[in-house]
Amino acid sequence: MDIQKENSMIKQKHMLAEQFIELSQVKETGKKVVYTFVPGNLTELIYAFDMLPVYPEINSLQSGMRQKSKEYIQEAEDMGYSEDVCSYVKCDIGMMLQGNIGPTGQQLPNPDILLLSYTGCFVFMKWFENLKQLYPNAEIAMLHIPYQESGKIEANAVKYIKDQLINEVIPTFEKVSGQKFDNDKLGEKMDLSAKAEELLIEIFDSAENTPSPIDAYFGGVYYIGPIFTAFRGSEDCLEYYQELLKEVNYRVANKLGPITPEGYMKEEKFRLVVEGPPNWTHFRGFWKLFYDMGAVFVGSTYTRVGGVYDDGFRHSSNDSIKSMAEYCLGCYTNRNIPQRIDLIESFITKYKANGFLVNSIKSCNSFSAGQLVMMRDLEERLEIPVGFIETDLVDPRYYSYSNIKNRLDSFFQMLDQRQSFNIGDDIVPDDVLT
Amino acid sequence: MNVFLGIDLGSTTSKAVIVDKDGHIIGRGITNTRSNYEVAAQIAQNEAEFNSRFTLLHRRLKTDSNGSFDWGDIISQLENRFHYLQYRYRFYRLIEVMFENAALLENKELSGKVTTLLKKIQDDMLIDVEEKFLNGAISLSSDFFRDIFSTGYMQAIQDEDKSYYDQLVALYDRSITPVENEKLNFDFAQLAEEAIELLPEKSFQEDTDFRKNLDEVELLSLEPTDYIGTGYGRQLLPFEEKHIKSEILCHAMGAHAVFPGTRTVLDIGGQDTKAIQVDKYGLVTSFQMNDRCAAGCGRYLGYIADEMSISVGELGPLAMNADYEANICSTCTVFAGAELREYLNLGEKKENVLAGLHKAIVQRAFALLARSGGVRNEFTFTGGVARNQAVVKYVSQMVEQNYGKIKINCHTDSIFMGALGAALFSSRRK
Repeated sequence: MDIQKENSMIKQKHMLAEQFIELSQVKETGKKVVYTFVPGNLTELIYAFDMLPVYPEINSLQSGMRQKSKEYIQEAEDMGYSEDVCSYVKCDIGMMLQGNIGPTGQQLPNPDILLLSYTGCFVFMKWFENLKQLYPNAEIAMLHIPYQESGKIEANAVKYIKDQLINEVIPTFEKVSGQKFDNDKLGEKMDLSAKAEELLIEIFDSAENTPSPIDAYFGGVYYIGPIFTAFRGSEDCLEYYQELLKEVNYRVANKLGPITPEGYMKEEKFRLVVEGPPNWTHFRGFWKLFYDMGAVFVGSTYTRVGGVYDDGFRHSSNDSIKSMAEYCLGCYTNRNIPQRIDLIESFITKYKANGFLVNSIKSCNSFSAGQLVMMRDLEERLEIPVGFIETDLVDPRYYSYSNIKNRLDSFFQMLDQRQSFNIGDDIVPDDVLT
Repeated sequence: MNVFLGIDLGSTTSKAVIVDKDGHIIGRGITNTRSNYEVAAQIAQNEAEFNSRFTLLHRRLKTDSNGSFDWGDIISQLENRFHYLQYRYRFYRLIEVMFENAALLENKELSGKVTTLLKKIQDDMLIDVEEKFLNGAISLSSDFFRDIFSTGYMQAIQDEDKSYYDQLVALYDRSITPVENEKLNFDFAQLAEEAIELLPEKSFQEDTDFRKNLDEVELLSLEPTDYIGTGYGRQLLPFEEKHIKSEILCHAMGAHAVFPGTRTVLDIGGQDTKAIQVDKYGLVTSFQMNDRCAAGCGRYLGYIADEMSISVGELGPLAMNADYEANICSTCTVFAGAELREYLNLGEKKENVLAGLHKAIVQRAFALLARSGGVRNEFTFTGGVARNQAVVKYVSQMVEQNYGKIKINCHTDSIFMGALGAALFSSRRK
């Protein structure tokens, strides 16, 4: 099958290729490497010290998409990791045990710093404890982000994070990189981030159109690629979003749906909002289950794990350190359940969704806990049909095609039934059994 | 006439329901699901069609006699005999195949002995079930050919020369599957005539419109105007996509049609349990199904029955006689079997162990209900397992304990709800 690719996708591919080349050349360039996580990532700060970030989560999802995760997970389980441990962790550990070959086939450099940004996922801490054993020479910098228990960003939480950044993270970066902290250099990157974030929101909000020109889940994975990972705060990142917005605007003007692996989506029958990450091991097949049925995702929470920009937050050079603290606090999985419900409600309303789906991840407690409560609450508040399926991030053993298909068949028929229902259709004889 | 067909191809049983243009059920058919799904669906449909003809005959006679004569008893006697004749046809077919297979045995002495034993027991086996059919103790609308035959056969061979027991069991095992998967074509008119001959009293035919109505009903075309297939095996039915519908919607539709106050449906089938929430129009708003594990479903009961060497139908009544429920903590079917053996070994009464097992199933179903949004008023319990009185007892108890006073609906037709929903969907299709 020929996969249709747009300029933005091609650009992103080049950006990734260059990033991995740069990573493979650190021995020659002497650049230092920071391993860190996507939610609450400090990419601008890492680049302000001319260091290079590596995201083990992204490597795991790439391994999943390249059908390597099964083998890596097996490797980690042979070492003693339980079946119930987060599959990202096992996939990452397995990959490192097998020589740390990255998604482009090049070997990834060892970490000089393990930056443990502890945002919204308590597994992160254990993950890096294990990496520390694999890389005993790496420095550890811990950034603890408290959950938004009260439902808002508290001043003392911002101060707590700022203190950690100033007293622990920045000194560790200075020590390892050999450079002094330069606030202006960081500020320039923050401003570039803000511009890209502005464009990203414009792209997300294009889902207000009918048909939606974007798929905010499967397509969304590509849209968030640069801003969630190694490129936020770069010129390249800004250019990517300018290109993407152009493509989206073209589709809006021509009343076209999003691009799927089989070309433009034909008919938009269902508009969905989804909670939870996608499955990576069967990504294309999983997506096909939806676009074949004319289902487009107009909103997703997964595309907010690396930062929520819907309520106006932008990175800012006014007080870069404070801005980073607020960014970390605001990430999706760092929010409390009522906040998550409110955000989903706003997506459903704003993007005129007619169904809500949860893709619960078997091995991700951070994301999955509370999803049933959220689903029920939204069903009651908005009288919207809801559906629930279960897969995993990168463990292919938990992707059961027939179970998922069976549930989705029912879900789509349920939506269809509701869309075509007229009052009076429900009348059945009182004595149906006679 | 315009009739609509719904077929629910479950993992254990295949059900068919026929409704008329007004949505009234006129016929029901059920059979055990087998490896050839097409045959299972066809048998269920045929049964529903025959049952429809008897219903229509009854309706006509009732109208013609203006209620001055009660035809109910005669129709039911006639249908019992009709079932017996179907059984007899299949019985001879199976015996024929068993003789063929016996002749193929390489050990000629064994072959001869087995054939002799089979000849000896066959007549008694048939006489024994004939009586039960005729007095309504067994019926193809609740008992399946395979079960009726094997119960009688196992009993008969136990009473014979024990040294050939294993060979006789193997002979049955080898023969039943191909016979079950054969397509059958019964002629309603011919079987109905034969059934009349078996009636003890035939004088009702005189001075009434019985003959005229029977002739008319025999000639009625009951070819479905439209049809829908649902259930676990729906994708394997030889139906086009537009004739297939999800079992969630069909069960909800069936339950809501019979009990219009329904807001929550619990369906426990052979290998899946569904908790469905519906709105006042019967539209599904959410649902949950068991994932990856079928513990707590009908198959679990089947497994337990096998472990205890009793029939599934005996489980519920035994559990109802318990003094208390033994604590079964396992949620795995296979491990529950181990717990069962351990309890029996320790001298626990089997009734108490069975009560514990029934309670464990219901607890599992309630976890699923909680995931789907709980139990709302009214609550309708459907599926094959809803025929088990001990399950119904624990469901009622747990609804009250967890959700307070809620109206609980459970109908004797609970097993047909999916097929009914499918039939109703097809009758409403514009």
